[in-house]
Amino acid sequence: MASLRFDPEICLACESVDCIMKCQYIHMDLARAKEEHDRLTRGEMSSILKDCVTCYACEEYCPSGNHPFYHIVELQERLGIHPVPIPIEKSQVVMMGPRGKIREMELKSPLINMCFFDMMKGGIRGSLFEGATTFGGSDVFCNLMFLHFARNSTIKERLPRMIDNIMHCAVEPSGTREVICYHDECYGTYTSWARAFGVEVPFTPVHLFEFLKRRLMELRDGIRPLNVKVAYQRPCSNRLCPETDSLVDDIFALIGAERPKRTYEYGNALCCGGVPEAAQRFDLVDDIRARNVADMKAAGAQYCVFNCPFCFWTLAEPVAKAGIFPVMMSDLCLLALGE
Amino acid sequence: MDRSAVIERLKAIVGGAYVSDAAEELYIYSRDQGVQDPHLPDWVAMPASTGEVASILELASREKIPVVPMGGGLVLSGLSVPLRGGIVLDMKRMNRILEVNEHSHYAVVEAGTSQGMLDAYLRKHHPGLKHSLPDAPPAATIAGNIAIHGSGHLSQSEGGFHSEMVTGLEVVLSTGEVVKLGSCSTVPAWFSRAPLPDLVGLFLGWNGTTGVITKVGIKLFPRPKFHDVLVYMTEDIDLAPMVLNRVIATSMAEDINYALAPKPDYLNGFQMTVINYTANSEDELIFKRKKLRSVLQDLYETRQSGFMPIPPHMKAGFLEAPQKALSKFADVRKGGGFEYVGAIMPIERIPDACRAGMEITERHAITYSLGARIIGRGSCAMFFFAYPFNRVDKGEVERVKEALEETNETALRLGGIPWKTEVQGQRLILERMDPATKGLMRRIRGVLDPQGIMNPGNWEVT
Repeated sequence: MASLRFDPEICLACESVDCIMKCQYIHMDLARAKEEHDRLTRGEMSSILKDCVTCYACEEYCPSGNHPFYHIVELQERLGIHPVPIPIEKSQVVMMGPRGKIREMELKSPLINMCFFDMMKGGIRGSLFEGATTFGGSDVFCNLMFLHFARNSTIKERLPRMIDNIMHCAVEPSGTREVICYHDECYGTYTSWARAFGVEVPFTPVHLFEFLKRRLMELRDGIRPLNVKVAYQRPCSNRLCPETDSLVDDIFALIGAERPKRTYEYGNALCCGGVPEAAQRFDLVDDIRARNVADMKAAGAQYCVFNCPFCFWTLAEPVAKAGIFPVMMSDLCLLALGE
Repeated sequence: MDRSAVIERLKAIVGGAYVSDAAEELYIYSRDQGVQDPHLPDWVAMPASTGEVASILELASREKIPVVPMGGGLVLSGLSVPLRGGIVLDMKRMNRILEVNEHSHYAVVEAGTSQGMLDAYLRKHHPGLKHSLPDAPPAATIAGNIAIHGSGHLSQSEGGFHSEMVTGLEVVLSTGEVVKLGSCSTVPAWFSRAPLPDLVGLFLGWNGTTGVITKVGIKLFPRPKFHDVLVYMTEDIDLAPMVLNRVIATSMAEDINYALAPKPDYLNGFQMTVINYTANSEDELIFKRKKLRSVLQDLYETRQSGFMPIPPHMKAGFLEAPQKALSKFADVRKGGGFEYVGAIMPIERIPDACRAGMEITERHAITYSLGARIIGRGSCAMFFFAYPFNRVDKGEVERVKEALEETNETALRLGGIPWKTEVQGQRLILERMDPATKGLMRRIRGVLDPQGIMNPGNWEVT
């Protein structure tokens, strides 16, 4: 089974302990942070393991790329820590499990991997996605969400089969190697988690934002600038591919949207609250949602754009109640195309 | 009087279009969706007024013809199946909503008025008011449901069984006499059963053996603008009484339901406590949510149970009243068969009832949905042992029938009482009933139905 490429020497030599010091949800001084960090590095119990909200951000904060978050998840599982109540965890494992119903499909490029969110394929429409075909569901699901449940083992167990399904049932019949990942979670799986755990990915994952940028450039003549301020709700899994965050700026430039200056943006982005809610941390959820939405409002945002359907489900209502229009990124682009 | 004379007389009372003795129509009225054996009626009549009901009962009394009143016909346990033939009195034409009192919060409806009709009427004309909706199809009638001691989405918070929400009745006795009960018997308003001698109970829970209900006064309740739901997930059946009682004690839950089922597979082995709550402002809703969560905090901090995150597309289903989930489950085996034992029982017996239901269904190789609705702020629960089946599969029908009989016995053994039960279940209850109570029932029945024509076969004290 896949094992994490984690070098304890790198962590033991680390002076900044950015993985903890930059954390938005755990607050401690450097001395204490080093103490806890050393415990983690040695594979021992630490308060971090219980307090972690599993926002993935330390994967981005680590200056050495030593996978602190994946290491935390490994330790949580090994030490029997359950961030989410056990019945919910078990139920999710079954709910999201493969059904073995996938068959070879008639697909063609551009090939969109909807992840588990096949129900969102209605959003794959218009000139932006002209000619695109989609696949999705539990038999091609990356399972990366189980990082929130301290279940790296579930990802390790299922991912090879998912990759195999994607290859044989979608990629090979389509005649393309490019798989456009509708959700950051899949892209993060194939570009970060798989590499960290030494799992080979035989196709080329493309981030949805990269695809949208390409298409918008091709359709540039049809764009009517939106001239609106748009807050971006950065999902946790984007922390696994921080290089794609700048694509938001590129897309906004193409569609005439302004990304207003905010406190909780880029590296400081706040979680949507969905996972802490599952973890029963309700006061934290109320706090981060209130701060997040107030920050969008203070920045003058008229729209809040999402790429993660779960973030959308979680945050769309409070955002809308604040008078900000919640919209998925692909729909925002379609708006600029007048569709 | 021979058969042709009876039908001519019935036609004269209700009109030719509203009487039938055609084989295909008698077939429909001979059965319900449950597993009870069908029995053909001789005639079906659809009266349009209390006067027509009275005339039919005068005829039936004179000719000693059995009469079986029927509302939506959805009771599942054969209570409107004419065990001794006679006239099925289909009340659906009597469906007028006669009054809604916005100030005293009651409605007066004719006996054929369906739950869906009253709900739609209130939403349109009195959006600030609602009535308690059972988890039955909208075609179920108000009168039928109160007559069987039904319960619904306000039974936890607003006063218990729907029969307890009755403010008055108009009833036609077996002789054809029309009787008003409650405040409407004395003043022209249907606001209360008190302070008069309470005779309403003579017609509730009697399965139509004491008279035919023609009008009902029913309590209405404020309809708050805000509504949300929490779902608490457990893996230990024995936690149920504690979880339920803590939620009840907050006095903040409008409706509390507990459920477990083997399908969908991701819920197999888990139990869900579904807590609906309402408020008049967002602040009040948030306050209630925090309070409801706080009473279970020590439990969810152990990580052995917790509140389920519910995405919006799933939440809509939990917020529905009536709940469609049970109706969908009813057809899980396809083939149109569904029946359940509802048992009114103490809350502390829920874990044993769950275990018994699972054991019975496993032994009879059938599937199940088990659960309970809390009644009257925790005075008891309506526990359901629901068994869907494929009507075409005769073997499965027989296994369900056996399981239902065994479940009735089990419910009684556990200290509960089977609800709206079929004749066999009624016999089991009567076997255990205090002899003096049975004697009183016999005497009341003798007074109200001296000819023995009212839904004979039901509640027969031997």
